[in-house]
Amino acid sequence: MNEEKLIPHLFRTEYRKIVAVLCKSFGMEHIETAEDIASDTFLQAAETWGIKGLPENPAAWLYTVAKNKAKNHLKRDKILSKKIIPQIKYYSTLTEEAEIDLSEANIRDSQLQMMFAVCHPAIAAEAQIALALRVLCGFGIDEIASAFLTNKETINKRLFRAKEKLRSENIAVEMPSAMEISDRLDMVLRTLYLLYNEGYYTSQSEKVLRKELCYEAMRLTFLLTENEQTNLPQVNALFALMSFHASRFDARTDENGNLILYDEQDETLWDKSLIQQGEYFLQQSSQGSRLSKYHLEAGIAYWHTRKEDTKEKWENILQLYNQLLMLEYSPVIALNRTYALSKANSIDEAITEAEKLQLTESHLYHTLLGELYKDKDVHKALSHFSSALKLAKTQEDKKLIQQKTQRLIC
Amino acid sequence: MKEFLFLYRRDVNNIPKGSPEEMQKETKRWMDWMGGIAAQNKLVDRGNRLEHAGKVLKSISLITDGPYTETKESVGGYSIVKADTIEEACEMAKGCPVFSIGGTVEVREISGM
Repeated sequence: MNEEKLIPHLFRTEYRKIVAVLCKSFGMEHIETAEDIASDTFLQAAETWGIKGLPENPAAWLYTVAKNKAKNHLKRDKILSKKIIPQIKYYSTLTEEAEIDLSEANIRDSQLQMMFAVCHPAIAAEAQIALALRVLCGFGIDEIASAFLTNKETINKRLFRAKEKLRSENIAVEMPSAMEISDRLDMVLRTLYLLYNEGYYTSQSEKVLRKELCYEAMRLTFLLTENEQTNLPQVNALFALMSFHASRFDARTDENGNLILYDEQDETLWDKSLIQQGEYFLQQSSQGSRLSKYHLEAGIAYWHTRKEDTKEKWENILQLYNQLLMLEYSPVIALNRTYALSKANSIDEAITEAEKLQLTESHLYHTLLGELYKDKDVHKALSHFSSALKLAKTQEDKKLIQQKTQRLIC
Repeated sequence: MKEFLFLYRRDVNNIPKGSPEEMQKETKRWMDWMGGIAAQNKLVDRGNRLEHAGKVLKSISLITDGPYTETKESVGGYSIVKADTIEEACEMAKGCPVFSIGGTVEVREISGM
């Protein structure tokens, strides 16, 4: 890797580690100090390496510099020191002379604990994702803004509010107690799931960035599977779900970034190793008595890794959707369930059920009905596609609906 | 929206003892029906099935085996749905697979506290 690429790469992988360890040492209320020290470290790296050339072990170099900066900071800034040092003594026996522990084990623990702090119930979901991307994934503000299709100001405000909450709620960088862990873990998983979906389904932002969002969500989920306390069935199920979806990442868009629907995907582009990884973790998840929505969604995603349209496949998918809806309603799941119904039972039954859904304001609802009617009643199908086109908001969706209409006319 | 209780009753002496395939089909019918209600966001609680055997306390000292010693039909399960009117709830109940074995669905509005 050349120098130009190395610093951004290291920023992505090392920034978050330094921030996590410093936050654990200083306390979450000093997250901005931790971020400043980490940023300063990279600034110094860029200057020094440009003149003197690359050090032998760039990551170790960064850790040493970050450590020294942290220590200097504690010594130099008397006002802050007064605030921080009693806190530090409270959390550990760290003093000015003590080491900031950037060992692999402490980095891993700190990152895990940071996940719980960032996904604290006091922080709004949107802000959690932004904060996770910033401090757990080391994303730049402009990257977060484009991932959310918004501007830097909005993201800065969101991060500011989230950090205020971290302070005002006195959120500690620590593992939740055994009592709390299940509820708190649910929040962490929800955030990771949203983070993943942000990457997988937000079709407008650029592909490389979207893929990176997905991989980051996977990395963090994997981190949870490595810890005994958090290696729970629902975590494995979520990781399986992410792996199955990720296996189709390259097959689901063409070279121009247009979405390719499942039916039309080239399955030779599906990543077999990710499918196998998903199968392994799905197997791991089938313990305990709690069936989480991640289990059900992973099951659905598993059946989608088999391209062949069999009765068995669609019957299984339908039943998983039935269970998922009983657990938690969502309009998209209701529509997907109806599509599965058309495949497993009959198109007529699916049409009757679809018309009960009353989702007439959704373009997806009309797209589904258009699909269901296309071999039954072309006029009805066209009229639904035209309603769908009026309701669709993104160019991507409009393009897909126009394609469907075209095919029906030709 | 109001909440309604569905009580499924059937004659326990008359439940067809089907093959595993038939039983699976029966389960599928229930799942598809309930999934359809859930897809309309009208399922509050899928409820439970009840075991056949039970006891009925007629007074502190009189406990009988029941509950179906006196009435032919016993409650086999329940669910809770939501609907604007009892008519709408009844419309939903029409798809219930219990009818295929000659059972009934009792629809009752749950009164608020």
